[in-house]
Amino acid sequence: MSLRSILSGAFSWSYFVAIYVFIFLPVAVLVLFSFQDGTLPIPPFNGVTLKWYAEVFTDPKLMSALGNSLNVAFLSSLLACLLGFCAAYGLARFRLPATALQRILLTAPLTVSYLIIALGLLVLFNWAGVRLSLWTVGIGHVVINLPLCFAIIYASMGEHQKNTERAAQDLGANGIQVVLLVTAPMLMPSILAAFFLSLTFSWDEFIISFLLSRFDVTLPVEIWSLLRSGLNPKTNAIGSIVFLTSSVLLVALEIFVFRAGSGK
Amino acid sequence: MKSASIEIREARKGWCFVVPALVWTIAFFVVPFAFMAAVSFASRVSRQIVYTWDLGNYLNFFSKSYLLKGLFVSLEITLMVTVISVLLAYPLAWIIAERVPKRWQRTALILAILPFWTSYVVRSYSWLLVLSSNGVINNLLLKIGLQEPLELASTTTATVIGFVHFFVMLLTLTIYSNLVQLSPNYQRAAQDLGANTLQTFWHVILPLTLPGIMVGAFLTFVLCIGDYITPQILGGNNELVLPQIIMLQLGRRADIPTAAALSIVLMLVVTLAYILCLRWLKMERA
Repeated sequence: MSLRSILSGAFSWSYFVAIYVFIFLPVAVLVLFSFQDGTLPIPPFNGVTLKWYAEVFTDPKLMSALGNSLNVAFLSSLLACLLGFCAAYGLARFRLPATALQRILLTAPLTVSYLIIALGLLVLFNWAGVRLSLWTVGIGHVVINLPLCFAIIYASMGEHQKNTERAAQDLGANGIQVVLLVTAPMLMPSILAAFFLSLTFSWDEFIISFLLSRFDVTLPVEIWSLLRSGLNPKTNAIGSIVFLTSSVLLVALEIFVFRAGSGK
Repeated sequence: MKSASIEIREARKGWCFVVPALVWTIAFFVVPFAFMAAVSFASRVSRQIVYTWDLGNYLNFFSKSYLLKGLFVSLEITLMVTVISVLLAYPLAWIIAERVPKRWQRTALILAILPFWTSYVVRSYSWLLVLSSNGVINNLLLKIGLQEPLELASTTTATVIGFVHFFVMLLTLTIYSNLVQLSPNYQRAAQDLGANTLQTFWHVILPLTLPGIMVGAFLTFVLCIGDYITPQILGGNNELVLPQIIMLQLGRRADIPTAAALSIVLMLVVTLAYILCLRWLKMERA
């Protein structure tokens, strides 16, 4: 090994480590100071306490926001997946006019920032006299997740599945049986991927939830109002919980969907 | 004749699958957007929206200097973030693709994007812990011997750092997937023809991954310029970006027409970037 390759190797690895430190620094600080035995989540670190976690779990506002977030995320992702799957199936399996236009229409919300989607819905709901609630937040979340679900599921609909579907049809399955018993199970990895991705997007979404909710709010909105009190270990604690939840979700996605998918 | 009727029946079945999603998108995306576009030509007269159908809200861009400034600040921050993120992410993606052993690459990537999945709001807040005047960095600097804490939080620098943190993760992912798709033959061929590592990179690898970088950079641009959270938490109130100004119109002033007009401008900027990006990609392919 020449000196040069050793040097370039050392340089690569120090760069690698430096970037990972940069990426993990804020998260590490967040989690570390959620255990801070004191009122400020900044150095010096005084010692370990679980006080702030206890405060999070006994805070009725935070807990109801957490429940709201889970509800909205679950229901809106379910609906987005269902609508996206049906649209993907319809466009991939039937000869319809203007399919390109329909695809563009269905994926168009991806290109518009959440702020603009939220503002548009706000104007519409104001005009129609619809009261803002978690339902209006959910509608917004389906709007942002539907194109994603559609695109992911549509991309995985290939010709080889078509043959299996035709075989099922020849064996006497009716249209709905084919969709439910043949197509959906074959596409399950991408349906699950779309569902989990929607779940994480909805769970984390702030601006739509902020503008389209009133009294009941989702977790990011509640955290946002916590931020007004400045640096606070309680915010660290709820932030760490959110991070843990998303990480578990991501690892689950990796193990159950992607690894299972690539193993085949 | 019979086959035609079957075809019609088939098409009808197909519509049944597609129509719900289409209706949803039209009702809750196209229609609201049209509404917003219409409202942007209205004005607010004593807390009521009056449809005056004029360009007043757009002309304000030229009469009220803080609006134009907001647009410039937005563009400045976004371009800075995009360039810095690409420059930081590319070497990392390259190291993961080339230096990290194959079986660890996936783990390295997952680690790199793990903080990506923390709540967006919480991520900006945790940078506040690091950057604030009594935060981690200043604490360290004061210990080393700095006399006064640096003003890091509530500055444009903090906004840029927060953004770069987010987009380095995103870009590493897109650039990595581009790099591993390249056939190792390219590299081997270049080396056989006498190119050294640097030359191989500059003349072969980089041009081949440029389209992927552009797509990632475009994504960064779009997400960055439309974001309200990071500048609001980290940037403070000195140099407002366009989304902050939009939210200000909505909140304190309840001026929906102005907010709508600003949003349309924001969208036009994104569309312009999209067209430029597309044209560049076409040129590259030609």
